[in-house]
Amino acid sequence: MRRLAPLVLALMAFLTVSVATADDSKRLRIISWADYVPADVIADFQKETGIKVEVTLSNNEEMISKLRATGGAGFDLAQPSQDRILGAQQEFRIYKPIDLSKVQTAEFLPDLVDTVRKNASLDGKLYALPYVWGTEGLVYNGKKTKIADYTDLCRADLKGKVAVRLKRPTLMAFAFASGKDPFALYNNVKAYSALMDEVGKTLAACKSNFRFFYDNKDQLLNGVRSGEITAAMMWDSGGWNLGRENPDIHFINPKSGAIAWLDTYALPARGKNDAGAYAWINFTMRPAVAARIARQIGNFTASKGADALMDPKLKAQFAVTFPDGLKNVRWYPAIPPGLEEIEGKVLDRIKAAN
Amino acid sequence: MTDAGPLWMRRLLLGLLLAPALLWLFLLIVLPHLDLALVSFRERVAPREYVTSLAQYRTFFIEPLYWQIFVRTAILSVIATAVTLVVAFPVAWTIAKIARGRSAALLFMVCLIPFWVSETVRTLGWMILLRESGVMPALLVKLGLVASPPELLYHDATILVGLVYTSLLFMMVPLVSSLESLDNALIEAAYDLGASGFTVLRTIVIPHAAPGITAGCIVVFMLTLGNYLTPNLLGGTSSQWFTEQIYNQFITRFNWEQGAAFGFLLLALSTGMVWLGLKASGQRFADVMQRA
Repeated sequence: MRRLAPLVLALMAFLTVSVATADDSKRLRIISWADYVPADVIADFQKETGIKVEVTLSNNEEMISKLRATGGAGFDLAQPSQDRILGAQQEFRIYKPIDLSKVQTAEFLPDLVDTVRKNASLDGKLYALPYVWGTEGLVYNGKKTKIADYTDLCRADLKGKVAVRLKRPTLMAFAFASGKDPFALYNNVKAYSALMDEVGKTLAACKSNFRFFYDNKDQLLNGVRSGEITAAMMWDSGGWNLGRENPDIHFINPKSGAIAWLDTYALPARGKNDAGAYAWINFTMRPAVAARIARQIGNFTASKGADALMDPKLKAQFAVTFPDGLKNVRWYPAIPPGLEEIEGKVLDRIKAAN
Repeated sequence: MTDAGPLWMRRLLLGLLLAPALLWLFLLIVLPHLDLALVSFRERVAPREYVTSLAQYRTFFIEPLYWQIFVRTAILSVIATAVTLVVAFPVAWTIAKIARGRSAALLFMVCLIPFWVSETVRTLGWMILLRESGVMPALLVKLGLVASPPELLYHDATILVGLVYTSLLFMMVPLVSSLESLDNALIEAAYDLGASGFTVLRTIVIPHAAPGITAGCIVVFMLTLGNYLTPNLLGGTSSQWFTEQIYNQFITRFNWEQGAAFGFLLLALSTGMVWLGLKASGQRFADVMQRA
């Protein structure tokens, strides 16, 4: 052991030094969605600031779970959806408030900032800023079928031709399609449980229509492209992309309303490079950069000046899907903690049903 | 080690040699399990407020859903293990007894090659082969066996195919090693005395290979029971695997308490099944593990 002691000490010293020299201010660790942080924007940002961006791809649930596991450490910037922040913050304290004095607030669309302020504030502090928004509706192959609302996915002629996600957006969509408003019941656990049970039964009954429940976007895109899937619940950019490849594929706003999401910037509680995160937020909200990002994602950005620079094709597709603008679109309100447990059981039952 | 000096020094040396393994075991297996055990006996009553309770285990026994998934996973794992044994045995026999020298090594190599790529890639390979617009359905149509391409993916049978494929090697290694030690003279003597092929298999080969068979079955069963990727990717809309349920509880429901309880139930299941298997086959754990 005596001979080992110097070795151990040397090793520890080495580790301490190497941890200390990994300069946190020159490194920005972002946890985000696929495509949200394009490589060319990372390169430009590094050229301008010298900060190296590292991206981890994720989704809402994983973001919360990863940050929860570390108490909000491991990342300097996260991009959860606006409705998933308040509950996670109340329960796990994984974010720190946004310091608006460090942000170019004039670059943001005020409406979207208001939405986030309403849904992602706790004790008077704001925990997020808007980044990108979009909608989830229906996509179908016009050569093979035609649908108008979520419930059409359960039509007998679509047996084995449909794909949805086995996640909460599907439950919300079918709840709306049944004529109820699940968002209005968010704070009434009993009524909400009953509604979810009902939706669960509807979905379980039409299970033979679902070819698969998709987990990643490529699974769905491949299914629609190959013709194995003729109707699906889908997010707008994916649907519009498919429409550009194949004009028979239409993305529509369902009769009971598309559901709109808004993804944000949020600061993990124990992030080590807040200055870098603010620099990134300001950089990516510049109209030119924001428009470039939006074009790559295929969705719309929260940057005020970027609208004029948006892809005219995308704008045209938007106008076809939403002729009256966003009137018949439902925005997710913040989810109170505990609801996901109710939904989880319903989702499990759907999956286990035969 | 004959003149290693006084006893305390030998003990110290032994301790030092074992230290990495013991540290590994304690820090990465025992400690996390203790923590998980504590978590599994908690219940959330309000945001950031927890009390000690058995609620998580109660949920498992009250909610038939979780029971069903649990039993389903166990049964499918047993079937997968049995199929793996049946498929691997002739191959192992060929390698151990029939093939000689280089051809034996070559055969073993052929079985090993699929493991050069990761499990994900292998599973995705199955998806490309089996999906409706994939290779196999197209072949069936071309051969005139079916009119339109069938969907071969997303069935329980597909999961079994994937699991057997993934576990084949882990069954073969102990089988080959236990069959190699079987003296050919015994088999010849049995035939000389007029035994049929089946009798030889039943009274000589299988008893001799029993520790290898048990070892292979234990390893394959545990791997299958704990597999996440294959059932998830190849399974259909009704196919929940218990590991998937644990993942869901931890990651998508933020319900660590329930996930931890499920984890322990799965641990109990695999321990129980292994114990049952050992009892039923009359093997001792220590003998079996020397083969694995």
